[in-house]
Order: sequence, then C-alpha cells, then structure tokens
Amino acid sequence: MNYHWDWLFFFQEADDGLMYYQWVLSGLGWTVAVSLTSLAIALLLGSAFGVMRTTPNRWLIAIGDTYVDVFRNIPLIVQLFLWFFVLPELVPRDIGLWMKQDLPYFVTAVIGLGLFTGARIAEQVKAGINSLSRGQRFAGLALGFTEWQTYRYVRLPMAYRIVLPALTSEAMNVYKNSAVTYSVGILELYFQYKQIIEKTSQVLEITIVITLAYFVVAFATNRLFAWIEQRSRVPGMIAGGQGGK
Amino acid sequence: MIAINNVSKWYGDFQVLTDCTTRVAKGEVVVVCGPSGSGKSTLIKCVNALEPFQKGSVVVNGIAVEDTKTNLPRLRAQVGMVFQHFELFPHMTITQNLTVAQMKVLGRGKEEALDKGLKLLDRVGLKSQADKFPGQLSGGQQQRVAIARALAMDPICMLFDEPTSALDPEMINEVLDVMVQLAREGMTMMCVTHEMGFARKVAHRVIFMDQGAIVEDATKDDFFGKPRSERAQSFLAKILQH
Ligand SMILES: Nc1ncnc2c1ncn2[C@@H]1O[C@H](COP(=O)(O)OP(=O)(O)OP(=O)(O)O)[C@@H](O)[C@H]1O
Ligand SMILES: [Mg+2]
Repeated sequence: MNYHWDWLFFFQEADDGLMYYQWVLSGLGWTVAVSLTSLAIALLLGSAFGVMRTTPNRWLIAIGDTYVDVFRNIPLIVQLFLWFFVLPELVPRDIGLWMKQDLPYFVTAVIGLGLFTGARIAEQVKAGINSLSRGQRFAGLALGFTEWQTYRYVRLPMAYRIVLPALTSEAMNVYKNSAVTYSVGILELYFQYKQIIEKTSQVLEITIVITLAYFVVAFATNRLFAWIEQRSRVPGMIAGGQGGK
Repeated sequence: MIAINNVSKWYGDFQVLTDCTTRVAKGEVVVVCGPSGSGKSTLIKCVNALEPFQKGSVVVNGIAVEDTKTNLPRLRAQVGMVFQHFELFPHMTITQNLTVAQMKVLGRGKEEALDKGLKLLDRVGLKSQADKFPGQLSGGQQQRVAIARALAMDPICMLFDEPTSALDPEMINEVLDVMVQLAREGMTMMCVTHEMGFARKVAHRVIFMDQGAIVEDATKDDFFGKPRSERAQSFLAKILQH
C-alpha cells in the first residue's frame, strides 16, 4: 500500500481562505440544521396526517391516505427536484421567479425532506393510535371529551409512547437522507466530503472523519430518544403498551 | 330520565338492535341481561350516543341524543359510564384520571377537581392509591377508580357495561358493593350485568335481551318470580348454575 497518510491536511488553507477542518464543521452544521428542521416539520405533519387517518371522517382519511401514498412512494431525490425545478415552472411567473431567486435553498430543502419524512411518521402515528383499545376513545368521549380532546389527552400520549422506538429510527434516518440535499445545492456534510476529495485526494482521512461525524449525530439522537423513552415510561405497564381490544 | 323509543340499528345488513323501547325513571335501577352478542353493549352505548343508531329516538333528561343540534360532549359529561375493561388512562396517575375531565370538560379549577376526586377515591376505599398509575392496581381497584372517575363529573345517571365480568371472582364483590351503595343512595342506573345477586338486591326492573330485541322488561319480582319467556328462563337457568 502506497497511500500517503496526511492527517494534517485538515489544517491546510483551502482556496477560500478557510481550513479544511472548517469545511467539515460547516458541512456538519448544515447537516444538523437541515435534519433537525426537517424532523420538526415531519413530526408536525406526520402527527396531523396520522391523526386524520384515524378519525371517523372519510374525507380526512382520504386526505391523509393520499399524502402518505404520494410522499412515501416517490424517491426523495425526485421529490427534491420537483420542489426545486418543477414547481417554480408550474406556479405563476412572478412566484416562480421568487422561488428560484429569493427563496433560500434551505427552506425548500427542509420542506421537501420534512414532507417525505412526515409521510413515514404519519404511518407510524396511525399505527400507534390504532393499537390502542377502542374503549380508550369511548372512555374519553363518555367523560365529555370532544373527539379532538380524546386525541390530545388520551390517545396521542399513549400512541407516541408506543411508537417511540420507530420514531427513533426515523430520526436517525433523517441524517442519512439529508445527504441527498447536496444535489439541490445545500452545502452540507456530503457536499463538503465530495469537494474535499476533489481538492486534496486524501480520500481515506476524509472518509473516516465524515463517517465519524455521521455516526456521532446519529448516536446522539439515539441517546436523546432513549432518554425520552426512559422519562416517559409508565409505571406498572408492560413494555409495548396494552393489548388492543 | 332515560327514554329509549323504538331504536333500531344495523351494521351493514346485520341488524344489531330491533325496535328497542324502554324507560329508566329518576332514581330507578335497571339491570340489562341476555346472552353474548344480544346487543346489550350496543343498546347501552346508544344512551350516550357512543353508538349511532339509524331509527328511533333516545331522550336523556329531555334531550334527544340523535338530534344533530345536541351538544354531545355536554350531554355525555352528565351521563357517567363504566366499562368492562375499566379504560382508565394508563399514562396518568389515579389522581390525574380523576381530575382531567373535571378540569377540561367542566372547567373546574385544579383545587376543586382534586378535592372532589380525592373525596370520591376515599369513598371507594382507595385513598392511599392516589399517586399510583392504573397498571399498578388490581382489576377490582381499577374498576372502583373508574366508578369514582365517572362520579366526579356529578352525573345525573350512570351506565355500567358488564363492570365485573373482566374481574377475578374474589374482586367482584368489592366493585358490586360500591354499586349497591350507589343504588341505595338513589342514583339512576342502567347496568348490563349477569350478577343476579346484585339485581335481586337493588334492581327495580330487569330487561332481558335476545338477538337485538328486548324480550322481557319486567319488575324485579316479576322477572325472578312469575313465568316468563322460554328464552329468558333457559338463560337464567344457565347463569344461575354457577
Ligand atoms: N363494529 C361492529 N361491526 C359489526 N358488528 C358488530 C360491531 N360491534 C358489535 N357487532 C355485533 O353486534 C352484536 C351485538 O354486540 P354487543 O357487543 O352489543 O353484544 P353484547 O350483548 O354486549 O354481548 P357481550 O355479552 O358479548 O358483551 C354482536 O353480534 C356483534 O358481533
Ligand atoms: Mg357487551
């Protein structure tokens, strides 16, 4: 093996005056920002559409089902291209121009990734709610709760607890999926990775560092969710929630 | 208090309730019994509109539940209901179970709700369990909490759907005792149950259902004493065996 190891290249100045390790950090910053913002959007959308699919209203069910079908079945990269390159051509000219010129890439990217991830979370939220016994809803209604209040106070708190493990892996997936946003111009970790390889050819060092960076954020997320799971554990309940009757 | 008039209900082609008519007067205790699948749960759930029905009318305290203008949450808040599987909210402490609807539905303050909740918890003999979670209580204890939770709303009547049939035999009496006491205090009650001892002790009337229809609707003495329909006879013979 004739590979020339050189870990110190990270401290060399790149052609924009920054050092390469700063490129890595900046990429990491964008990766975390895109991922966390998308995840927040996804949790909101996923909860809203997941709830809609469990209501007695068939119109709400149809809307929720359509959302999930559409956004789960189109590849993420195609969805991002649709938001970035196709949608601006379909809307009125002024709005299209504004989208292309003034709307920050970041906003479009997190909406795209958020909608994609939200569809997957909607599926889990629905499954969580449906795993609860029908009697829980009846008990809430019988006490005078509105349909919405049965979600707010009775069904969602349990449903979230039940789907927390699934949400954990979804949250970790968002980091991996965020790499796709390099293709629409977000200067995140994977973008920097490709760029550093082009400039320095120190492939092994940078690959190791980037791998570690992805690992650290995913692991931190995993620990955070484990902590939430611990905190929200219900005393006296068998793991996995109660049986559905 | 409760008037059920010619109620019929279908699930698709399958008729669950056929022309059911009965009444529960203020302070009256009515026991509903009948074989499994005869529609008892469905009928009692029609009273607080947990189950919609296609024909007939149910009037509770002068309000028609099938009227689309009826404020159902407000009506249901006045009708207590106790379920076979308790249905306490597992992620809340017993105290929270007792107070959440008082605060969110009736708009009571925290102090008042707590005061009321703990008083009722004491009444069902479980004051020491206030800070536990439902999963830490036995079935009988959970059901007594469920009764206290319903009573905390100051209901004008109570519905029970087989409140003891999910319980181990040694826990049945602790729940029935609470119900007997409630009946003696004059609470209006409609109870789906096969506990004929309870019926004999406090019921004013007994309703027997079969295949979605009310087959017998008699005073307690008539039901247990005089000759009646063959179906009710064979049903009674069966359940009185144990
Ligand atoms: N959601 C539903 N869809 C279709 N059929 C139903 C539904 N719910 C209940 N049924 C049917 O309606 C009939 C009456 O059910 P119900 O639960 O009222 O009976 P029940 O007298 O309470 O019986 P049990 O003693 O077993 O509780 C049963 O045959 C049941 O299978
Ligand atoms: Mg039943």
